[in-house]
Amino acid sequence: MAKIVVDVMLKPEILDPQGNAVASALPRLGFSFAKSVRQGKRFEIEVEGEPTAAQLAEVKKAAQVLLSNPVIENFVVRVEK
Amino acid sequence: MRVGVITFPGTLDDRDAARAVVAGGSETVSLWHADADLKGVDAVILPGGFSYGDYLRCGAISRFAPVMSLVIEAAGKGMPVLGICNGFQVLCESHLLPGALTRNSDLHFLCRDQEIEIVNNTTPWTTSYKPGEKIVIPLKNGEGSFQCDDTTLAELEGEGRVIARYVGQNPNGSRNLIAGITNARGNVVGLMPHPEHAIDELTGPSAQGLGFFTSILNAMVK
Repeated sequence: MAKIVVDVMLKPEILDPQGNAVASALPRLGFSFAKSVRQGKRFEIEVEGEPTAAQLAEVKKAAQVLLSNPVIENFVVRVEK
Repeated sequence: MRVGVITFPGTLDDRDAARAVVAGGSETVSLWHADADLKGVDAVILPGGFSYGDYLRCGAISRFAPVMSLVIEAAGKGMPVLGICNGFQVLCESHLLPGALTRNSDLHFLCRDQEIEIVNNTTPWTTSYKPGEKIVIPLKNGEGSFQCDDTTLAELEGEGRVIARYVGQNPNGSRNLIAGITNARGNVVGLMPHPEHAIDELTGPSAQGLGFFTSILNAMVK
């Protein structure tokens, strides 16, 4: 069984208040490493066997139509073994 | 004049929208998200709430409800459609309106009486107002920040398609203080604040929201 992962992130130019809130909470807890934080969504889709090119194309289509809103978000599709 | 009000699972404001339609002088018709039937209505309202629990993104799942394919088709033929709050989010997800509504810039769910200015009174939902008229109606949402790219923003402004703007401090980070917009044809309107909660002094901060519902009657009678 393989896993197809779709990562959805707000486009860089779109304000991310949740990411900003996380970024400002980190130093309060003593973590000083973060210059900035962006928060996104991750979808894990299980398929039987190795994903075919056709399946991946379908997932990309679904990511465009449903999983992301192309007006404000970008997405990346990848296969995780 | 028959105005349909759609109920999705998780819709909150369908009763108030229906009541406002009647107060505005029209007949109201309840529409169910799972029915592919507009029951011959002359106009449609998508009310506020948390349709499908706001899962995935606000309005993202509702867009694929059976009734929405008919709304999209009818809107394309010029039927007046008003989306309030969650309804506005559904209209953006359906691509009937450009842009998107994102998390309020300060992350807080806002619930307050908000002053807005009607800047376009030529849509079927806004003719009862004078251009520049200021009204106070409730604003209550967590994801009301209107966002779009620069090209879309220039288009909206250039074509006079911003129908209402917040007055005073920006409540949620919306670009250009945008509280409501319309499509190129002018029949589809999305509005973040709630005119249906301000139709009489007893239950609302004012009766100044009623204009949206008298407008639609006038638009159809003409």
